[in-house]
Amino acid sequence: MTVILYQQGFNPYQILQDYESAQLKAPEKIGATSIFIGTMRDFNEGSNVTGMTLEYYPGMTEKQLEKILQDAHSRWAIEDSLIVHRVGDILPKDPIVLVAVWSSHRGDAFDASRFIMEALKSTAPFWKKEHLNSTESRWVSHNTNGYQLKTP
Amino acid sequence: MTINVHYFASLKEHIGRSKNELPYTSPLTVREVWEQSNPDILIPNNVLVAVNMDYVDWDHLVEDQDEVAFFPPVTGG
Repeated sequence: MTVILYQQGFNPYQILQDYESAQLKAPEKIGATSIFIGTMRDFNEGSNVTGMTLEYYPGMTEKQLEKILQDAHSRWAIEDSLIVHRVGDILPKDPIVLVAVWSSHRGDAFDASRFIMEALKSTAPFWKKEHLNSTESRWVSHNTNGYQLKTP
Repeated sequence: MTINVHYFASLKEHIGRSKNELPYTSPLTVREVWEQSNPDILIPNNVLVAVNMDYVDWDHLVEDQDEVAFFPPVTGG
């Protein structure tokens, strides 16, 4: 169970490779790895977005992310888990979040990673301020429920 | 004998500061922490509150030296 916050850009694929070779718990038991990577779009709610600033609550953000991983480990049979999240100034195409779950079986890996991502979206103290151009910016008001079906 | 109060994101901009201290004399709820810190500002809808970095409800009793934080809905990920 590991939580990492990055002030600068990160390469999720490099982090996964390094984590698996140096830190991964019980690698011989792993039969399924589920990975989610969230990246920044250049549009939101009908506007072009040129960048954003991610504010967080030092201490509480890490504490809540660790709690989410503990919850996931108590609910599913998983061997290890990782959350990496950006803070600070972010540009379109930059990775924002990486969630990885290692398990013996795919069901636990898939379901735990989805749970972690949705719990992060609704409870981890991060706040996005979108920059629309050089002078205009706006706070994102809330996250949507990822389980809700999109209507066309 | 103080309570440390923090504000984040749009709420910090709304009330115009990121933190304040409140003298602690007797147990008070987080709702009262807001009211004493911001007597002229109603609590905006959807504001979340944490004590010592855990979510609590508005009737939670605050103790001396506690860290109270108010913030808008979270938008990470």
